[in-house]
Amino acid sequence: MQLPDAEEILIRLTESMRRDISPSTALVGIHTGGVWLAERLLENLQLPLSFGTLDVSFYRDDFARIGLHPQVRPSDIPFTVEGSHIILVDDVLYTGRTIRAAINELFDYGRPASVRLATLIDRGGRELPIAAQHVGAVLDVPSDKMLALEKSPGGTLSLSLYSKNRDDE
Amino acid sequence: MSSNPQLSTNGQLQHLLTTEGLPAPILLNILDTAESFVGVTERDVKKVPLLRGKSIFNLFFEPSTRTRTTFEIAAKRLSADVVNLNIAASSQSKGETLLDTVNNLSAMHADMFVVRHAQSGAAHLIARHVRPEIHVINAGDGRHAHPTQGLLDVFTIRRYKPDFRALRVAIVGDILHSRVARSQIHALTTLGVPEVRVIAPKTLLPAKVERLGVRVYHNMTKGLKDVDVLMMLRLQNERMLSARLPSTEEYFKYYGLTQEKLSLARQDAIVLHPGPMNRGVEIDSTVADGGQSVILPQVTFGIAVRMAVMSILAGN
Repeated sequence: MQLPDAEEILIRLTESMRRDISPSTALVGIHTGGVWLAERLLENLQLPLSFGTLDVSFYRDDFARIGLHPQVRPSDIPFTVEGSHIILVDDVLYTGRTIRAAINELFDYGRPASVRLATLIDRGGRELPIAAQHVGAVLDVPSDKMLALEKSPGGTLSLSLYSKNRDDE
Repeated sequence: MSSNPQLSTNGQLQHLLTTEGLPAPILLNILDTAESFVGVTERDVKKVPLLRGKSIFNLFFEPSTRTRTTFEIAAKRLSADVVNLNIAASSQSKGETLLDTVNNLSAMHADMFVVRHAQSGAAHLIARHVRPEIHVINAGDGRHAHPTQGLLDVFTIRRYKPDFRALRVAIVGDILHSRVARSQIHALTTLGVPEVRVIAPKTLLPAKVERLGVRVYHNMTKGLKDVDVLMMLRLQNERMLSARLPSTEEYFKYYGLTQEKLSLARQDAIVLHPGPMNRGVEIDSTVADGGQSVILPQVTFGIAVRMAVMSILAGN
């Protein structure tokens, strides 16, 4: 299956988001692909926005089935969540479960004024009533495949497809 | 595949009974996971929903307010339900056996036991006995092991001295009676600390202590030279079965950590103590409250390390 160029989609996503951003907007990337993406968005937007990262491992709904993620990274929200306008950033939107977990975690830092969602790829397959306000591209991906963002040592983003069976991405 | 009673057949951590024999990747996974919990404990909402619906029983057959409280806080911050049993004062005094107590609590659908017992091996006994879905954490058994203390100590060291391959660590005091010292030594050597020293009078060292991979010193002047980390131990009065020391005053004179003795170590050396401290016995107040002391951060990090252990076990 031919995958689109992540760098091209990133440019489109940046322009879509630019209209939605005010000085009180904060970008929050979800580990790991979402953090890479959020860093690049911040760079492209060239605005002094607040920036944070979330690792949703402690909020996932599949802990009882698969246990703790083997590599949990610290979440880092260095701004005041209370009253802020947050745009969550993730690489691939699929079931919506990761976003559910991210919203729950965010609310343990405070009550944001609003939360919106930006994603590079929407691959459908939602299991929860979650939608992204900013979508780089819509892509039909077979359900036995996993789509993930990768970052080259030089910082270039690209998409990869795996046969690995992971049901929440 | 594994004969280690702490590990499942596929090498996952099932129980935490001792740091001895635990592979470095498992120790590092606990430390790395604890880093993420440090952030959680600094938020306004110091709680995550990970262990919602799980029941954790603190079985303390030996009194310990501090350790029990840190396990209780850790479990509550993971949203588990915690039941504290001070068994020294309950059924056991009516003659119930250890395993009968455990059977009764298992019948109440316990998911995890945190066990403190004066007998070495008590937590192992319980771990062998319980159903496979129940996890056991050793919170101190006799002179044997106190793994979460050993782990929180290496976690604290890593926070201040991240490169373990360049460290000299000295453990000072009552090594003989100390389960903490054993857990520290195993964790430090597994994680690649090249030089672990023990400093103590001969009467407070176990026979053949060198076999644990440590260098033995009987004298602070030699033992503290060029040391990066000093891990002080509590003089365990309640464990002194016979008079092994002339007096606590004399002990302080030779082995108590004063500012003067601390100056023999490296200038940026840090000082740890597992608590509770005997000021003026093993440590002087000026050191305990001084700039090189990381004794209170140890307490804070202890919660995060215990949260990490509980959540890794509950997920395996």
